Amino acid sequence: MAMEINGTPHGNEPRPGACLRTFLREEGLLGVKKGCDGGDCGACTVHVDGVPVHSCLYPAVRAEGKSVTTVEGLAGGGTLHPMQEQFLAAQGFQCGFCTAGMLMTAVTFDDAQKDNLPRNLKGNLCRCTGYRAIDDAVRGVSTDGPGRCGRVGANAGAPAGPAVVTGTARYTLDVDPADYPGLLHLKLLRSPHAHARITSIDASAALALPGVRAVFTHGDSPRQLFSTAQHELFTDDPDDTLVLDSVVRHVGQRVAAVVADSVQQAEAGVRALVVDYELLPAVLDPAEALRPGAPAVHGDKDGAAARIADPARNLVAELHSELGDVAAGLAAADVVHQETYTTQRVQHTALETHASIAHVDDGGRLHVRSSTQTPFLTRRALCRVFGLAEEDVHVVAGRVGGGFGGKQEMLTEDIVALAALALRRPVQLEYTRTEQLTASTTRHPFVIRISAGARRDGTLTALAVDVLVNTGAYGNHAPGVMYHGCGESLAVYQCANKKVDARSVYTNTVPAGAFRGYGLSQMFFAVESAMDELAAALGMDPMEFRRRNMIRDGDPMLSTSPEPEEDVHFGSYGLDQCVELVDDALRRGAERYAEAGPDGLGPDWAVGTGTALSMIDTVPPRGHFAHTVLELLEDGTFRASVGTAEFGNGTTTVHAQLAATALNSRAGLVRVRQSDTALTDHDTGAFGSTGTVVAGKATLLAAQDLAGEILKVAADAAGADVGECRLVPGAVDCAGTLLPLTEVCARAAAAGRTLRTEGRWGGTPRSVAFNVHGFRVAVNTGTGELRILQSVQAADAGVVVNPRQCRGQIEGGIAQALGAALYEEVLVGDDGAVTTDILRQYHIPTFADVPRSEVYFASTHDSLGPLGAKSMSESPFNPVAPALANAIRNATGVRFTRLPLARDTIYLGLKAAGVAAVPVP
Amino acid sequence: MDLNTIEAVVPTADPADWRPGDAWLAGGTVLFSYGSTTLRRLLDLTRAGWPAIQADGGGIELAATCTIAELYALPERPGLPAGWTALELVRQCCDSFVASFKIWNASTVGGNICTALPAGPMTSLCAALDGVATVLEPGGGRRQVPVAGLVVGEARTSLAPGELLRSIHLPAAALASRVAFRRLSLSNLGRSGVLLIGRLPDDGGLVLTVTAATRRPVQLRFAAAAGCAGPDGTDAARLRQALDAAIPAELYHDDIHGHPQWRRDMTYRLAEEIRAELLGNPAGRTTERA
Repeated sequence: MAMEINGTPHGNEPRPGACLRTFLREEGLLGVKKGCDGGDCGACTVHVDGVPVHSCLYPAVRAEGKSVTTVEGLAGGGTLHPMQEQFLAAQGFQCGFCTAGMLMTAVTFDDAQKDNLPRNLKGNLCRCTGYRAIDDAVRGVSTDGPGRCGRVGANAGAPAGPAVVTGTARYTLDVDPADYPGLLHLKLLRSPHAHARITSIDASAALALPGVRAVFTHGDSPRQLFSTAQHELFTDDPDDTLVLDSVVRHVGQRVAAVVADSVQQAEAGVRALVVDYELLPAVLDPAEALRPGAPAVHGDKDGAAARIADPARNLVAELHSELGDVAAGLAAADVVHQETYTTQRVQHTALETHASIAHVDDGGRLHVRSSTQTPFLTRRALCRVFGLAEEDVHVVAGRVGGGFGGKQEMLTEDIVALAALALRRPVQLEYTRTEQLTASTTRHPFVIRISAGARRDGTLTALAVDVLVNTGAYGNHAPGVMYHGCGESLAVYQCANKKVDARSVYTNTVPAGAFRGYGLSQMFFAVESAMDELAAALGMDPMEFRRRNMIRDGDPMLSTSPEPEEDVHFGSYGLDQCVELVDDALRRGAERYAEAGPDGLGPDWAVGTGTALSMIDTVPPRGHFAHTVLELLEDGTFRASVGTAEFGNGTTTVHAQLAATALNSRAGLVRVRQSDTALTDHDTGAFGSTGTVVAGKATLLAAQDLAGEILKVAADAAGADVGECRLVPGAVDCAGTLLPLTEVCARAAAAGRTLRTEGRWGGTPRSVAFNVHGFRVAVNTGTGELRILQSVQAADAGVVVNPRQCRGQIEGGIAQALGAALYEEVLVGDDGAVTTDILRQYHIPTFADVPRSEVYFASTHDSLGPLGAKSMSESPFNPVAPALANAIRNATGVRFTRLPLARDTIYLGLKAAGVAAVPVP
Repeated sequence: MDLNTIEAVVPTADPADWRPGDAWLAGGTVLFSYGSTTLRRLLDLTRAGWPAIQADGGGIELAATCTIAELYALPERPGLPAGWTALELVRQCCDSFVASFKIWNASTVGGNICTALPAGPMTSLCAALDGVATVLEPGGGRRQVPVAGLVVGEARTSLAPGELLRSIHLPAAALASRVAFRRLSLSNLGRSGVLLIGRLPDDGGLVLTVTAATRRPVQLRFAAAAGCAGPDGTDAARLRQALDAAIPAELYHDDIHGHPQWRRDMTYRLAEEIRAELLGNPAGRTTERA
């Protein structure tokens, strides 16, 4: 026997260099997750002889003769460990990829350890929740609310909860090997150069290695240019990418793919490839890229055909507009603020890396299982690239381990499809954490020159931005992020004079892509910092300044066009409520703080408050489509087939709640199947915060139709008038007689009818949602240490379908935004390579980093969203960084214009301004 | 992560067994974290059965394979001399790991020192306590080297290929010192950006050990008579001069865990706090806005 796993002897011998995690997964323990593969995230935590360890660091051979416990073995068959119950009761997860590791860590805690979770959980990273729900779960706090039937407004539990806490939820690569006989593994050789032409690739040595089945290079690539970005209209993004290109435009770009029987053989094959490059001049800086004579990253492209504004000048897209007269507005101002704000590259860092498996069935149909937010668009993109018909391609997403926009791209599916189509065997590619950090996508870095003016009475007279967007080596999402960024960030203020000059440019750096907020987080950092400065210059309370200038219900929402967007309306308006909710909470916080007496912080600490607001359209422009099929099943339950993927956004719960509400049933009686191109016609995808307002609306429409159909059948059966019949959970009440839904289904079947309806929604018209954030902070002017004393966010999400989930989205957005505000930065070195290539170099917030936030909801009912709901997943991110910078400004008097605001940056900024505390000599 | 080029794991602690392509395997938390595409064999030290911690009147001997979890338990070990006040550093240094307590169940004192990261807290601890490393040589010999001199740069040690760190001796005289500990990080409980330890032996001379802020450990020793401080704590200027002399600008570490200028200023700030704590001005320090 090699070792005992969950009480069962396992006889297989691990390979000498294998880590325990790999061995356990090979033995079928798929609840053990690979998050970072370097000991940082803790998703792989298991017990060895009762001691918790990170199994990715544990030599598998060392477990020989020992007893290993994984999440699958935490409780006896069919039962749950109390900690698993607690994680359900507090819904201590969103995507759930970290949950097994959280559980296996938390179950080892004594009371003293539970009292110090920042220390004891810092080795377990969660990117979704912001840790509050995990805190509750570990300490046994339940947030299961009343209203257990789970209709709109109830804290219905996520349907996948029991699977998540038992480690049985199936993510992308949690597959049974028997389903993929002969599975091959693909590894990529990546470019060491920022810009080069591949002159030769010698694969002979690689192909001679044991297990290596094939090597694919640019000679094997389809010639169809495409964009990795996925949008309803593929023409939204430039066609500038090939599956494999003969020119590499950033360090880390694919050069060749090696396919072998095992990962280690594929890695050996990659090392054996001999590639010659002709080095080309590279440009890393976006301002340099615009200068005459700069190397043209896509100089070989036909701009019109590829939809690139000017390939010779590295210009992907540009936008120039002026409403009113900004010069006159600035001249009329009593105070003017002009400053340049800079936002950095940040990485989504979903705990599940990009991964996919492709295979071709006996009928020649290509099947791709992928970690994607857009299975239907990915199918379409694969069809376009490989010249396949839609019916010949099937894309499915399992449970997705976090997205944040990063999976609104086709980054792995095309290359595994290429290999599977060529080899007619299943092929898998899993990105490493380092590939994720260095060679996938990031948020777009923005440089924003802002000019804003106000009159003494607090009237905003001018708002102008000059925006330079660095899209990196490829233009995926380059136009969209630039346009969207310059939209709601300017439209949220009433101002007669607005001007935008924006350019999105190529550089020879890792591509930027879709990221939570889609340009707005960058722009709101500049705009809300500027509003704070204007208020300070006027001696006016910043919230009062906003009240005077922010958009009000019915005002035209204007940014770059003299006419408002035709299909964007105030389906509801709660910005005013959000402002008051945050203002009041900060005031109460200040009173509590004062009542608590001396804070003991000492003379070096400065305390201040800061706020920021944000607005977002509830749906992306130019169409966002969803299709739901809803059925009444023989057993009297409902089955909804929806297109959107579940990656912790909670839309599965929302679909069930919306359907249950329309059917006067219980959420638990609605089973949701999803994200499979075989189930529904089309779905644009789970991005742009559309899971509730678009996909949910399709489900609601289907449910309303189905309710009518059921009543008709029931009325016929009971000989009653439809008007006398009403749905109740599990039955139809026909004038006092209960007809069970099983009976209704049987009657319909007997009559040759199926109770099956479809709902469709096209994502228009659209509404607007709001978020306002407030911080009270203390800054140590001697060290730069920042303490968050109070964090408050108010959100206008319309009718909140599931308050616990929505609060979770907001808390998670705040935490992710705090990472981006405080320390996250993907750094690119002088050679164009990303240097922050592991999670110890790219620190994301741990339990110790995230304060509890107060979350408030405005009371509104949206006339456009399903049952009054609005979107709320991207937007909580957007006001956080400017609110924090404004609080630091208020505390210290120093304006920070560049993110992130790490302690060294804060200290050096205070020192440069002459306000740092230094010891008396 | 998997080390896919490894062909064998060999249980041995004999440097004579070492050949190019081998790596000494202790806890494995560094090797398996960073990975390798060149190693062929792992030489597993944990089968050697070295006692993790031995204490006698002369001090403490930490095996290189002593886990952080075992070290963390040390201060509660019965029978240690009451006067070893410097043991309070043990937990402070363990808690300076960015890695969680779960990693401590595997990672080792020796592994942390040999990894030679500027922020390695076992380097901080052992250097500050004048720890002396015993190194086994491939030829069968052994040599001793101060831990403060074993780490010579970022991820660089003075160990020759095949040499093996066997143990670290912490002398009783150092353990009997009064100590003061200061640490700063860019994030809560994050990787150390600056870590200073002050130690006041019986003879009254101050020993200041700077780690994390600098590419390698830097020690400043002030003799009791000509020390940097008198009871009135007025010798802050001498401390600053000593830091000026000991740490040129380029010796401050520069990576994402702290700007070198911040590390420099914080080194001066924390050094002065330590001086004030150990040598006088017991009310602490006063500050002013510069």
